Amino acid sequence: MADNSVTVKRWPGALAATIVASIVLGTLMVVVLKSEAGRGLGPADWAAIWFTLWQALLSAMLSVVLAIPVARALARRRFLGRRLLIILLGAPFILPVIVAVFGLLAVFGHAGLVNTSLRWLGLPEVQIYGLHGVVLAHVFFNLPLATRLILQGWQDIPAERFRLAAQLSLRPRDIYRVLERPMLARVAPGAASVIFAICLSSFAVALTLGGGPKATTVELAIYQAFRFDFDLGRAALLSCVQIVLVGTAAVLALRLSGHDSFGTGMDRLVQRWDARGLGLQLVDVVWLSVATLFLVLPITLVFVEGIPGFAHLPSSVWCAAGVSLIVSLGSTVLMVCLAIPIAVTSSIGRGNLEAVGLLGMAASPLVIGTGLFIIIYRIADPFLLAFPVTAVVNAIMALPFALRVLVPAVRDVVQGYWQLSASLNISGLTWMWLVLLPRLRSSLGFACGLTAAMSMGDLGVVVLFADSQNATLPLQMFRLMGAYQMQAAASAAVLLLMMSFGLFFLMDSGGRERAQTRRP
Amino acid sequence: MLRLEDLRIQQSQFVLSATLSVSQGTRVAVIGPSGAGKSTLLAAIAGFITPAEGSVIWQDQDITHVAPGSRPVAMLFQDNNLFPHLSTAQNIGLGLRPDLRLSTAEENRVMQAMERVGLDGFGNRKPASLSGGQQSRVALARVLVQNRPLVLLDEPFSALGPALKTGMLKLVSELLYETGATLLMVSHDPEDARRIAHETIIVVDGVAHAPQETDSLLDAPPALLRDYLG
Repeated sequence: MADNSVTVKRWPGALAATIVASIVLGTLMVVVLKSEAGRGLGPADWAAIWFTLWQALLSAMLSVVLAIPVARALARRRFLGRRLLIILLGAPFILPVIVAVFGLLAVFGHAGLVNTSLRWLGLPEVQIYGLHGVVLAHVFFNLPLATRLILQGWQDIPAERFRLAAQLSLRPRDIYRVLERPMLARVAPGAASVIFAICLSSFAVALTLGGGPKATTVELAIYQAFRFDFDLGRAALLSCVQIVLVGTAAVLALRLSGHDSFGTGMDRLVQRWDARGLGLQLVDVVWLSVATLFLVLPITLVFVEGIPGFAHLPSSVWCAAGVSLIVSLGSTVLMVCLAIPIAVTSSIGRGNLEAVGLLGMAASPLVIGTGLFIIIYRIADPFLLAFPVTAVVNAIMALPFALRVLVPAVRDVVQGYWQLSASLNISGLTWMWLVLLPRLRSSLGFACGLTAAMSMGDLGVVVLFADSQNATLPLQMFRLMGAYQMQAAASAAVLLLMMSFGLFFLMDSGGRERAQTRRP
Repeated sequence: MLRLEDLRIQQSQFVLSATLSVSQGTRVAVIGPSGAGKSTLLAAIAGFITPAEGSVIWQDQDITHVAPGSRPVAMLFQDNNLFPHLSTAQNIGLGLRPDLRLSTAEENRVMQAMERVGLDGFGNRKPASLSGGQQSRVALARVLVQNRPLVLLDEPFSALGPALKTGMLKLVSELLYETGATLLMVSHDPEDARRIAHETIIVVDGVAHAPQETDSLLDAPPALLRDYLG
């Protein structure tokens, strides 16, 4: 309607979007050119594709099916620690995969709690490596996400409906049929499709718990073609397959799921007259306890095993921690430099630049990594550039999440203050420093926290590039586990966990605290 | 003198046309039913809306395509007149320098303006810790330091109670008396118009009519104003 481009210039956003698009699409093109079309997929490749689809399907189904009773219990019970539990459900988002895997091994591994108990009872052991383990880890990460999404669905049912249901003395079964089943039919497919898409590009979980011809995902196959056989053509071909898989799943997920999958405002608690029966209370208590135990126990065991050896951490771990800190901060800075201009430009509503950020979601880090490798190895030693490349890829992977947080916040600032800014002649960099950044502080802090933590815990593209001398902290921890130095690995896990969550809280609360002192 | 020549503002279905002039130093109220285009008229003069046709002329200079900040205009909006994260002094200082790098002389002018609107000692306070009336005073102090010859008020005091609003309008008219600036003020209340505006522009049915003497207009309203006044 009005002309707000007087305050906001569009070219920095266009430039940032072009950089992102050329990294994502450019590497893709390089990969496509490198792949030999006539060669076709071998039986091992088909096995990887089937395994990828199968494990993602199982993970999505299990996560959603298990999330339904947990979400139902959270929706209709009020208890001490409910808020904490809901916050906890958001934690896996920034939990390093390798730490979770370590925790799951401590529970379900060969020497873990479960198998020790089974042996003691004289029962056969469970096997964690292979399909079971991959699905188990994916459920560990995505059960909380599914629970949040489905809980949101429950909270979206207006309280008045439950009041009306109580007035009509509907039984729990009737309420399920009238209110809950339609909601689940709407919400559950969306949640499942999102989780399916996430699990398709699983790399770190497959790297640690899968492997072998029977449990290799496409991402893992790319890595193996690359690292073991140095077969760039095959890596490229698999990359193309991966892009088609993830791209299709992402489109499907966008179609099936609503917009707001972040799910805020979980505080409202609806009065539920139908859930007072003792049996239902017992069911809810059991589900909540089991879910909490499943999520908390592995991480607790990481601390139990890791803290005693913390003082004797080898210097290689501290070194890797330093590298990871630099990579994580670098990737955060990069994300800010890309996200702010894109958010500013897309907030004035011309074109849809935010879609460029979403490219990072469809592209897989290993595909970008493969492409960058193919480009770099002609001109320089890619192994020297392992960490900068990791920082770049991490920034691009975090971009969709950061934009999701930043675009609405920037839009509020632009819409609220562009007239005042224009009438006072505040524009360009002055506008950014004086108006935009101070108003954006808390959202920016949150976005930076997410990026820093995700980058800190990432075990992806770095595995492609790093030589045996250097490592990020997750990679170093993975190597310690590979060398069966479990004590040191446990302590490294504690360090990694503290650094990931520490960075998140530091940046998130830093943004909010400043914002508060500035708004007395 | 401000002249609007064959001005036509178009926003999807809505069209507003205006051909009128306002002589320098006059205080003019802009009244009319809601949705008639009072704010749109001011937005076009301030440069927030580019007109489809016609021109905005100030002292024989065509300013139709000049950026809002470069026009001889200081404007207060219905809301968001202050940046919540900046202090009172900073908010006022923005009227002097958009980058806030104030010289000592400029800082003194900010202090004087604060004194003039009765806000001495409030320099470090953030808007949220001020009352609605005080926030309005900060905005007025900024208009004062901006010292532009044309002041546009788009109902900035509409959230204040009647007594406060009257006080604010009194302060506005005093400040304008000191600076000699021309005022265009959107209003819902004919009494406000009588109180501080010599002349009144009626905006109704897509036309902004040329300003007429306020008292005689309101004493004997023409047909198109009568429906609105009731």
